[in-house]
Amino acid sequence: MESEVAMPRRESPLQSETPQGTLDMLVLRVLVMGPAHGHTIAHAIERGSEDVLQIEHGSLYPALHRLENRGWIASFWGTSDNNRKAKYYRLTPTGRKQLAAQTTRWEEIVRAIGRILKPSTE
Amino acid sequence: MTWRRFFRRVSWDRDRAEELRSYLEIETEENIERGMSPEAARRAAHLKLGNTVRIREEIYRMNTISPLETLGRDLRLALRGMRRRPGFTLAVVLTLALGIGANTAIFGVVNGVLLKPLPYPNADELVSIKHTAPGFGVPDLRMSASQYFTYREEGRVFQYLGLYGDGGRTITGVGEPEQARALVLTYDVLLALGVQPQIGRLFTEADAKQSGTAVVDVARPLILTHAYWQRRFGGDRSVIGRRLIVDSSPAEVIGVMPDGFRFLDMKPAAEVISLITIDRGRLTLDGFNFASLARLKPGVTVDAANADIVRMLPIWRNAWPTPPSFAGKHVIENWRIAPTLQPLKDDVVGGVGDVLWILMATIGMVLLIACANVANLMLVRSEARRQEFAVRTALGAGRGHIAREVLVESLVLALTGGAVGMALAYAGLAMIVRVAPTTLPRVGDISLDPRVVAFAVVLSMVSSVLFGLLPAVKHATQRGQPLAGAARGASASRERQRTRNALVVVQVALALVLLVGSGLMIRTFQALLHVEPGFANTGDVQTARVWVPPQQVREPERVTRMQQEILDKVATLPGVRSAAFTSAVPMEGPLRVWQQTIFVAGQTYAPGTIPPLRRAKSVSPGYFGAIGTAIIAGRDITWADVYGPARVAMVSENLAREVWGSPTSALGQHIREAPTAVWGEIVGVVRDVHEDAVHQLAPPFVYWPVLMENFSGTPLAATRAINLVIRSEEAGSERLMNSVRSAVWSVNPTMPVFLVRTMKDLYDESMARTSFALIMLAIAAAMALLLGIIGIYGVIAYVVAQRSREIGIRLALGAAPKALKRMFVRQGLVLTAVGAGVGLVTAIALTRWMSSLLFGVERLDPTTYTVVLGVLAMAAAMASYVPARRAAAVDPVVTLTAE
Repeated sequence: MESEVAMPRRESPLQSETPQGTLDMLVLRVLVMGPAHGHTIAHAIERGSEDVLQIEHGSLYPALHRLENRGWIASFWGTSDNNRKAKYYRLTPTGRKQLAAQTTRWEEIVRAIGRILKPSTE
Repeated sequence: MTWRRFFRRVSWDRDRAEELRSYLEIETEENIERGMSPEAARRAAHLKLGNTVRIREEIYRMNTISPLETLGRDLRLALRGMRRRPGFTLAVVLTLALGIGANTAIFGVVNGVLLKPLPYPNADELVSIKHTAPGFGVPDLRMSASQYFTYREEGRVFQYLGLYGDGGRTITGVGEPEQARALVLTYDVLLALGVQPQIGRLFTEADAKQSGTAVVDVARPLILTHAYWQRRFGGDRSVIGRRLIVDSSPAEVIGVMPDGFRFLDMKPAAEVISLITIDRGRLTLDGFNFASLARLKPGVTVDAANADIVRMLPIWRNAWPTPPSFAGKHVIENWRIAPTLQPLKDDVVGGVGDVLWILMATIGMVLLIACANVANLMLVRSEARRQEFAVRTALGAGRGHIAREVLVESLVLALTGGAVGMALAYAGLAMIVRVAPTTLPRVGDISLDPRVVAFAVVLSMVSSVLFGLLPAVKHATQRGQPLAGAARGASASRERQRTRNALVVVQVALALVLLVGSGLMIRTFQALLHVEPGFANTGDVQTARVWVPPQQVREPERVTRMQQEILDKVATLPGVRSAAFTSAVPMEGPLRVWQQTIFVAGQTYAPGTIPPLRRAKSVSPGYFGAIGTAIIAGRDITWADVYGPARVAMVSENLAREVWGSPTSALGQHIREAPTAVWGEIVGVVRDVHEDAVHQLAPPFVYWPVLMENFSGTPLAATRAINLVIRSEEAGSERLMNSVRSAVWSVNPTMPVFLVRTMKDLYDESMARTSFALIMLAIAAAMALLLGIIGIYGVIAYVVAQRSREIGIRLALGAAPKALKRMFVRQGLVLTAVGAGVGLVTAIALTRWMSSLLFGVERLDPTTYTVVLGVLAMAAAMASYVPARRAAAVDPVVTLTAE
């Protein structure tokens, strides 16, 4: 189903600047704190990264949809703090396991890259 | 999962839209809280979120099954394109419909006749049993009853094995006396076929035992076919147990076969089925008169069955007495009998496979030509769409996508053509079944069944690739053809022109092959028409069969006297010029002709050998005059010879020349059919007759009188089944036959007159295979020629249209219109010449497969090739002249100012 599509697919800005799957991991990480809606998640990622990861908030939604399709998160309609109808996402047990696995893997990669990039003087 | 998402994506999209709206609202609100104006706040929110439509698109696409989705879009595009260009669509669909329709129809025949299993359960276990006897000069020896018993009792590989044959049975006791077409068989044949009766029962071994004992007063069992049951008994179910008189003996109906039952390819179909009467106590080794079929045990191969028979042949030779005409058992040994079992289907289908496969190949070529034509049309059309494709490529359409779109369009066109073609095939099959020669077996099995439909669908798909791939690849590889406006330069299209030229060359080549094929068939037909069959004015000779059963007239001489009486009555009928009778008329089929070892007086035969087999039949006085065969030496047989004490005979010219050197020196010589038989004196020699078929050599022949003493082991032999041969200008008319019938019935009111035919019917039947192949090949070749002409015309016309600017310039600069015309005609002829060259080589190679269909013509017949090349050149010249004339008519002013 991921085969070629008529128009060349445009990648979302964040994905194009961050390693594959990073955005997914960040979303999962935010949801560990508890259910949140899209707006909250977007701002949380931005703030959490101290604005290093400037994301176009729209690109978050395809990621949310993908995660939901995989069954890592689940959604429900709720009311926001300022009393607006909003779609909330929460982590599923599978998602929680995935986050753990991905975090471990991520740390390994970071360590590995760090070792390579570190000056050899050490 | 994917499918569920695919169908739910629309509702999900609504969900998503709302979610994005909620984001915007929240963000706007926050912005306002931060002190922005509502207007600026909304703008900032939108900027932060990005393009909502694109987000939704991205998610939407995540849930599509892309090939399916794009296929749907391509289909819509293709259909729209077809509607917008009705002329193009019509041309393509019709061309394909013809090609696919013709192929489907012929495949329908091939499928029905050659591919479908016979209509019996587990038909692949059924085999026919035949033998060869090379030492006896017989390639096809039938089976003797003694062999049947040995094989049945000693065989290890057969479930059932039986003998069968056909013959007439006179049925009385229901309405008028009637000669019913009978299938005669041993009880185990129907068991081998695995068929069931509709009502009643089949024959049993007990029936067979009883009929073998020749107890006269016990009613013989009889099975009716469905059609006969309906016709004579109105489908009355109480017919079981009913007594009839069959051949003057009592018979009892024991069963009725179901409607769909057909016995192999027996034509005309049997009406009643009765048991062969075999008196086991009087059997000898010979009497090879029966056809035989068997059902093998599951898993037994034909080779294993052959081996089993090879094992049993010595057992058989030792178990049965030698017939008196044989000098000893070594005679049979010297025959070197060997079994030639084959699947029953092959036996039924016979040699017709050759013709059908050739037809299939021929029609396949027509489809190839049609595809080449359509490919050309597609190329021309895509030329016109170059701009469109360029724009779409610029807008981001991938190359693969455009290629796929072209292919989808081809597929839609091909399937539409296939659908129309299927309708044509349906009509075509109905026509073929009607005009098919009676020699075509299994006509009843021909139908538009699922396999044929599947064939048409696959064929459509294959053709769509054939004609669509080229344009598709052309587009996919088309580089740097941007929006360069009306780039009508001649050089830009040169490469495409080359492709079209190649297609035309292919078309011409294939058309030439087909023309050569049909040309050879026409020459064969001509050659056959020139064959002197040995009898004359076939349309004026009426034949009909009459049979005198032994139960009715026992004494042989009275049989002949009765026949002579009938003949005298018939001869005096108005319009009848002469009348005679014979045991078999020419071309009636091999079964009615005797094969005898003819011993010649004065010749000695080495011990253990016997003279060669000769064909023989009996003829009444006046036969040769009635059928129109010249007596070239001596005299005709007279009635005095027939009833007289001395036996006489006549022989054919080729037999006379072979044995005695010349027709005249054969006169007065003596021959006989067995070492113990009476010598017959040769009193006359007649011209050779093509007794078997027009395309087969006239066999050496012996003609005996219709009544002979001590003939073939019979003390006095009359010819009980005779064919009347009546020469009259009214032959073929019902009036003549009515008066013939009343003449026969005035002599014997219970004698049926049947198998009413003219000699022309038999002659035409003998030509049927050739005429069928000729008609089909001619149709194919005509289609090929037409499509080829259209192809050449199309290409030249297109070149002219493309180069109209150039032509305009040339004309403006003073070129002669005539020279321009010549230029284009020459181009067409060059293409034709190249195509013809390729075609010649192909034809020379391919006609080898046709040899079996040819008669009296070499497969490299120079006349055929010359005429075909001439026709092709003329057609090509015409096809290019018409558009070339248009070139000369170009108005320079118009073309030069056109852009």
